[in-house]
Amino acid sequence: MARAELMDFDKALELFEPVMGFEVHVELNTKTKMFSEAPNVFGAEPNTGLTPLCLGLPGTLPVVNEQAVRYSISLGLALGCSIAESSSFARKNYFYPDTPKNYQISQFDEPIAFEGSVQIELADGTLIDIPVERAHMEEDAGKLTHVGGSSGRIQGADYSLVDYNRAGVPLVEIVTKPIYGGEHRSPEIAKAYVSAIRDIVVSLGISDAKMERGNLRCDANVSLRPRVAEGVETPPLGTRTETKNVNSLRSVERAVRYEIQRQAAILAKGGSITQETRHWHEDTGETSAGRPKSDADDYRYFPEPDLLPVVPSAELIAELRAALPEQPAVRRRRLKAEWGFTDLEFQDIQNSGLLTEVSETVAAGATPAAARKWWTGEIARLANAADADAASLISAADVAALAVLVEAGTLTDRLARQVLEGVIAGEGTPQQVVDARGLAVVSDDGALIAAIDEALAAQPDVLEKIRDGKVQAAGAVIGAVMKAMKGQADAARVRELVLERASA
Amino acid sequence: MSGISAEQVAHLAQLARIDLSPEEILSLTTELDQIVDSVAKVTAVATPDVPATSHPIPLQNVFRPDVVGETLTLEQALQNAPAHDGSRFKVSAILGEEQ
Repeated sequence: MARAELMDFDKALELFEPVMGFEVHVELNTKTKMFSEAPNVFGAEPNTGLTPLCLGLPGTLPVVNEQAVRYSISLGLALGCSIAESSSFARKNYFYPDTPKNYQISQFDEPIAFEGSVQIELADGTLIDIPVERAHMEEDAGKLTHVGGSSGRIQGADYSLVDYNRAGVPLVEIVTKPIYGGEHRSPEIAKAYVSAIRDIVVSLGISDAKMERGNLRCDANVSLRPRVAEGVETPPLGTRTETKNVNSLRSVERAVRYEIQRQAAILAKGGSITQETRHWHEDTGETSAGRPKSDADDYRYFPEPDLLPVVPSAELIAELRAALPEQPAVRRRRLKAEWGFTDLEFQDIQNSGLLTEVSETVAAGATPAAARKWWTGEIARLANAADADAASLISAADVAALAVLVEAGTLTDRLARQVLEGVIAGEGTPQQVVDARGLAVVSDDGALIAAIDEALAAQPDVLEKIRDGKVQAAGAVIGAVMKAMKGQADAARVRELVLERASA
Repeated sequence: MSGISAEQVAHLAQLARIDLSPEEILSLTTELDQIVDSVAKVTAVATPDVPATSHPIPLQNVFRPDVVGETLTLEQALQNAPAHDGSRFKVSAILGEEQ
């Protein structure tokens, strides 16, 4: 549906109540896969480091990765869930070349964790509890590249290429209960929820949680139901759509907003919503119809005969519970106090979903003020321009390195912005960009004095004016020196040197 | 009487990508019906104190340490592929969706 056909968001909210639900897939950063000793690494050459099990070859048998179970239990506990006394795996049967066995090992009626809740914080400080239905363990699928047809999309592709490196990577799928009462804030709640899950898995250290790499993926369910007069029986939930693989915080917010506006436009015209999966297009900011949810969802789950039940002992659960990091709300309060930020400054970080980035940048050696300034300032601006999440542009370590270079006086803010652009463009670490582009501040007084001498020769009356008390006359010399140095000089130092010369 | 219908058999065959003739559907409907009936007899003897089980062996918590083991080379991984591009398996474009 084109943007022009969407219903105005406020109007949609006037007529309908949105109800949301989320499925967030978290890839665990274990050393090996869920059921085989193949390495779990990102970015390796396709189909290298596979085991016969990854390829679904005959005669292979899965064995559960103990670390993945521990991580899953920790995540379940952090989500406030109960941990199952006995948990088992099930086969989810479907035919698609991303899964060579023709079934995915998942969990069905006995998930490892169930009935929890995640507290999220909105921009204005409102706290909301999002109810979690379950968190279950499963394995990721391989990656398909569609060749031919239009731009790698499945429609019209001539053939597909499969890389099984990702097949079998441990996943935890977190499923919420229906979320009511979000109203106008539904898109914001969606973003805050995914951001909260990301903060939790990062603080647990169980996932790299990079959305742009698919370590964290969100499927957003949205339905609308008409508002009725008071006293009239509440209508049942409307038909929902599931928007798949929304892979940035920004997109989660936009996709939910889009679906509310799209469904409202259809319903208001007397149409009905098709229960289907929809695809989110980052470039156009629209969703398009995928497959209908009918018998494609007939997965014929049955207990996985090749695996035995997982029965976590009370001791194990107690051990993992004791090792949990502080609660997100407690962590927020602590960081705010440690960093010495005002409410407004802290909310700025929180609302941009950059708490994890800022905290990692501080841990990597930047001052809190510098970390905040770079992430919520220049990096957020560049991310916005590129329609991307700030976190996908640059690593916390690089931002910290940049901040340290500024702190040490090697870079001015202006030069640092150029270095930042270089780092984002993939030219290397900040130091490598400084070296390659020759961007460092000229801190050699000799070079500065030479440039000052040259500028004074061109403007001989400046020193006299300064001696007469017209200190602002130094500006002309400073300007000339900065120009000669192509901006790579510390203006304050130049000023000092000029004033020293005048008083000599 | 479990009441397996020919439609259910046809539907299952389609989900399992098994091409069945109308005759096969008919005979399988009868057979499956009998199998399901036989299995249903178990419920007659199962009492509430018998827990449901999916495994005959009383084992649980069989784990593997998170340690990388032996892996295949790219050549080995691709050696049985009907088609590949040198590094990835080549499959016909399937009109379906990723799950």
